[in-house]
Amino acid sequence: MSTATMTWSNTQVQRSPGHTATIYLKEAKYEFLKNLRLRMHTMSVLSFPIMFYVLFGLVLNAKQSIAGAGVPTYMMATFGTFGVMGAALFGTAAGLASDRGLGWLQVKRASPMPPFAYFFAKVVTSMIFSTIIVLALFTLGYAFGGVRMPFAQFAGLLGTLVAGSLPFSAMGLALGYFTGPNSAPATINLIYLPMSFCSGLWVPFMFLPKMVQQIALAMPPYHLAQLALGIVGARSHESSAAHWGVLVAFTMICLGVARIGFQRDQGKLYG
Amino acid sequence: MIATLQQPQRADIPNLDSMVASLDGVNKNYGTIRALRSVDFRVRAGEIVALLGPNGAGKTTAVKLLLGLLQPNSGRARVFGGDPTNPENRMRTGAMLQVGRVPETLRVCEHIDLFSSYYQKPMASADVLAAAGLEKIGDRKFGDLSGGQRQRVLFALAICGDPDLLFLDEPTVGLDVESRRMLWDEIRKMVSRGKTVLLTTHYLQEADALADRVAVIHQGEIIAQGTPSEIKAKTAGKRIRCITSLSVSTLRQIPGVTEVKEDREAFELHVIEAEPIVRELLARDARLSGLEVTSAGLEEAFLALTQDATREANHSN
Repeated sequence: MSTATMTWSNTQVQRSPGHTATIYLKEAKYEFLKNLRLRMHTMSVLSFPIMFYVLFGLVLNAKQSIAGAGVPTYMMATFGTFGVMGAALFGTAAGLASDRGLGWLQVKRASPMPPFAYFFAKVVTSMIFSTIIVLALFTLGYAFGGVRMPFAQFAGLLGTLVAGSLPFSAMGLALGYFTGPNSAPATINLIYLPMSFCSGLWVPFMFLPKMVQQIALAMPPYHLAQLALGIVGARSHESSAAHWGVLVAFTMICLGVARIGFQRDQGKLYG
Repeated sequence: MIATLQQPQRADIPNLDSMVASLDGVNKNYGTIRALRSVDFRVRAGEIVALLGPNGAGKTTAVKLLLGLLQPNSGRARVFGGDPTNPENRMRTGAMLQVGRVPETLRVCEHIDLFSSYYQKPMASADVLAAAGLEKIGDRKFGDLSGGQRQRVLFALAICGDPDLLFLDEPTVGLDVESRRMLWDEIRKMVSRGKTVLLTTHYLQEADALADRVAVIHQGEIIAQGTPSEIKAKTAGKRIRCITSLSVSTLRQIPGVTEVKEDREAFELHVIEAEPIVRELLARDARLSGLEVTSAGLEEAFLALTQDATREANHSN
């Protein structure tokens, strides 16, 4: 920072930690309210995983088993993954692309808002929606699918899925910096849907063609689903550590891309 | 090489301590477009400065540089003596920008609550609503507001932090006359409390009504700076408006008349000195009516300045 010779420096004040925390919480609160009140957004993010789960997990095949777990239980893990991924992508990418492209983000950046609060708010909002989705799936599975598990196991599943949504929030941020406001939803779907299919989130992994199974190994949602499946007691492949490793690496890459996008927006074209 | 018009020099050397914002030798390009060329620009404490220019002249670019939203290709932007991206500086500024989208599902009061929270000593929300004329619609969602009301919310977000320096980018676009006047009053009130305002506009009347100092910007260059009177003085002369049966060619031939325009039922004469022309007109046409004599407005000055600048630019190309 330049050493200012001006008299202004006497009047510059730092924020207290309490004040900063208030900003973060308010930012998250209003981001969540804003999205919640957008009925189309809430509906699509919540209803698709729930609808698919009800159809494929509770109505059809309900009495069968896959990989050692009942279908309703198995699909809770896979559609849970599908749901939290969607909540993360649509929560971050679409909003960010729109805010950027139409100038709102510039208004916020021109203000004293700590830039990180903006991202924090988007991630927290996605996590809240993710939690709602997993709770809804469990409630339906419990009520109609005979899904039973100890509380600790459910807590583990919820924790894994919500934590596992963070890589997709990072992906959403990276996407949001490189798509335009109108094309964002379509671009997200173009990536989200094929990725979900190839990861075995709809058609279970063992029923996928061999070639697609190879592709799945490179897909982050596959790894998250495997972690979730491991918790609900289905047989899964590879170790947890390997799956987490892939997710963490994926998050780092996405954050790197997002950071480049962030700096481009600042008008800087170099690191 | 682009020639620039002589800028009027102020008698007093600006005191560094009173300089609130500045652009020093700033160049900004978007690809091949030179949005700002070697711009030197100062804003002093307690002033209302208007950056006046047509669309595309570089006004918004200048404001964004001072807000730290853009980096100059060369030169420096300074706010409160420091980098515009410094968060401590941002705590003392407020900005009203032209936006395509504001979250529509949040209420007016919620928007203001959130923005106020960023600042150290924000204004009370009731005061913000009152200043922006939003008292009755505080609970409405942004998406339910009219265009003018939306503008006022953006204004509220700019002032809610009680900033020392206010940036207003085309603040009264889309506002009706009453709202525009109200906003002007609010701006004047803020300046009377010691704030500084930089506003951009293409409404000449607005610059004339509000600004202590006007900087005329054209194709990325500041072609004139001064008080509104000083700018107007660049085109000397008067305008005479009258309804007369004299023909255009007759009017043109009167000595001292530089130009004759038709304006619906009347003629508008551009003259150097009004009195001899008026005497001549009344002598020639006893039935002349609707006589008005006014000084050349900011509009004339602006057009003259920008036409000169364009002509000079074309000559040197």
